[in-house]
Amino acid sequence: MTVTRLAHPLATRRKLEPKNGDPINGHKGIILGDGTQLVSMRMALCQALFEEMNRDDSIFVMGEEVAEYNGAYKVTKGLLDVFGPERIRDTPITESAFTGMAVGAAMTGLRPVIEFMSWNFSFVAFDQIISNASKMCYMTGGMFPIPLVMRGPNGAGPRVSSQHSHAVEALFSHFPGLIVVSPSTPYDAKGLMKTALRQNNPVCFLENEMLYNVEQEIPVDEYLIPFGVGDIKREGTDCTIVAVNRSVHWSLEAAAELAKEGISCEVVDPRTVKPLDLPLICESVAKTNRCVVVEECYRTGGFGAEISALLMEHSFDDLDAPVQRVASTENPMPYAANLERETLPMPHRIIAAVKQALYR
Amino acid sequence: MATTLASALPIDAAAVRKEIGKDNLLALWKDMLLIRRFEERAGKAYLEKKIAGFLHLYIGQEAVATGFYAHLDSRDASVTTYRCHAQALLLGLDPKELMAELYGKVTGNVKGKGGSMHFFSKEKKYLGGHGIVGGQIPVGTGAALTAKYRKTGGVSVTFLGDGASPQGTFHESLNLAALWNLPAIYVIENNRYGMGTASHRAVSVENIAEAKAPGYGMASFTFDGLDLYASWKTAQQAVALARSGKPVLIEAKTYRFRGHSVSDAASYRSKEELAEYQARDPIERIKADLIGEKWLSETQAEQIDEQVLTRVQEAMKFADESAEPPLSDLTRHVFAEE
Repeated sequence: MTVTRLAHPLATRRKLEPKNGDPINGHKGIILGDGTQLVSMRMALCQALFEEMNRDDSIFVMGEEVAEYNGAYKVTKGLLDVFGPERIRDTPITESAFTGMAVGAAMTGLRPVIEFMSWNFSFVAFDQIISNASKMCYMTGGMFPIPLVMRGPNGAGPRVSSQHSHAVEALFSHFPGLIVVSPSTPYDAKGLMKTALRQNNPVCFLENEMLYNVEQEIPVDEYLIPFGVGDIKREGTDCTIVAVNRSVHWSLEAAAELAKEGISCEVVDPRTVKPLDLPLICESVAKTNRCVVVEECYRTGGFGAEISALLMEHSFDDLDAPVQRVASTENPMPYAANLERETLPMPHRIIAAVKQALYR
Repeated sequence: MATTLASALPIDAAAVRKEIGKDNLLALWKDMLLIRRFEERAGKAYLEKKIAGFLHLYIGQEAVATGFYAHLDSRDASVTTYRCHAQALLLGLDPKELMAELYGKVTGNVKGKGGSMHFFSKEKKYLGGHGIVGGQIPVGTGAALTAKYRKTGGVSVTFLGDGASPQGTFHESLNLAALWNLPAIYVIENNRYGMGTASHRAVSVENIAEAKAPGYGMASFTFDGLDLYASWKTAQQAVALARSGKPVLIEAKTYRFRGHSVSDAASYRSKEELAEYQARDPIERIKADLIGEKWLSETQAEQIDEQVLTRVQEAMKFADESAEPPLSDLTRHVFAEE
């Protein structure tokens, strides 16, 4: 399958009109008449679930507030009405149990989708994710693959402080057996979710509360995006910026600012942290000879540390400067607005890192 | 100190024996004998360094699983702890592939990737052998959800130890099974010790199922786990309840004759206590009953024991002669191949 890069820029011809002050959601996009539809990130995700649940009755959704409440962040809005309470299933607040149950259901022929209201709550289910979901296929000699999608918002929300602001890309990509998907756009989210629902491995599907309202024109026709294929979100020649999820948007902001100073940045979005499209990153670095990695994870043992090490191994001769890492600062997320801003890898820090990589 | 069985189901052994019948009782005795001989030989092979890692033996507890599998069929799923050999044998898995797994060979049940704690069967819906205490309980609950979702009429049986009952997964699973009317059976095999910690030092109540089930609105049974008749009769009732959509919590008061694992000398309990339980060996008791009923002669019993032992020895020979997994298998099956 070929992937057309830059085919789906975020800029849209029109904006979704909120109804009664509420954002538009559900699985129906706004048809634009030229084979495209306008959707938000949450609609794109809902549409992927809707389409795949229609074609495969082994898929069901389980989690806190996913059914009658329509999802804490409305990603599953309307699905209960279409598929009923057996397939859109509200659970008590019991992450460890419903995650383990999803593993048991996957082992007996179903394709569960579980929603963590946020990935912060996945820590309650950590043993089930690591000891059961991630290892089951291997420790059974391939007998029991686990077709399981674990999804929910990841990273900092709006001023929700220490226990509700974790970015978990690095954490879960550490363990063999887990796929880690971390999309930045509605187009990517839909295509990757559909792939996740048709394959047989446990997937950590990391969304972001701050991106649910991001809008994009996407094809009406069905499409899938394979795992391990990255995307260039902005082309450039002077410095490569590697980022996923919300960090892509901060990187694009930084790149726009830097362009005003005549610095041309290429923003590479691997889209899936595991498997990782290393060839795409290396190809970009071969062109720019500089690289900055931006992540919401912590710097120690982070996604940036991994990319940086991989570039040492694979692109050493292409690099004209050390790889720079822009990560969350090493503190639990504070509540105060100014401190939260300073913790996150915001554009001003990315700009400084690019200049460092360019010795400017 | 003998276990209090105040809450146990009253069992009329003669009546249950009659209900099970000659052929079935003989078959159940042979099943228990196979588990016993398989594990005794595995224990020896461990001392000879043919087997490594952990080896948790079920010796003494055979009547519990044997009574339950007698009532399960191809619709039903089951899952257990790291003490998982008996269930695999009762499901009819070949002792050769099981012994080969203990030996770490490519012909093993899970191709040498799991060892003693991780026996599985997709065909038999045997969801394993699990190494984390309490980790298997939601998995078994999920299998019950599948049975309900697909309306298969199947049940799921989740075995756990007394040591797992304080874990959160136990309570979370019971709540969900009761809330959703899942066809789930939970069997606490209370062998009186969680590793070296006596149950009364870990669990706040003596009769776990009896105390906890009402809190979740569930039915419960307690039975003497060394008594095959009690196990068989309890399982019969529990499976019928579960098939009608009512989850059941069960406690088997049992005892392991060996340590927690082969490397545990079990110095935390007295010789007298062990002797007291060994005097009630479930396999010896059924053998005596079979002979008493003239359903089996001493000579036949010896012949059957010889046959079982031969089967185990053949499994050991097979395991010994099998190849180790190829190094190309090292990173195979980290992800699904299809």
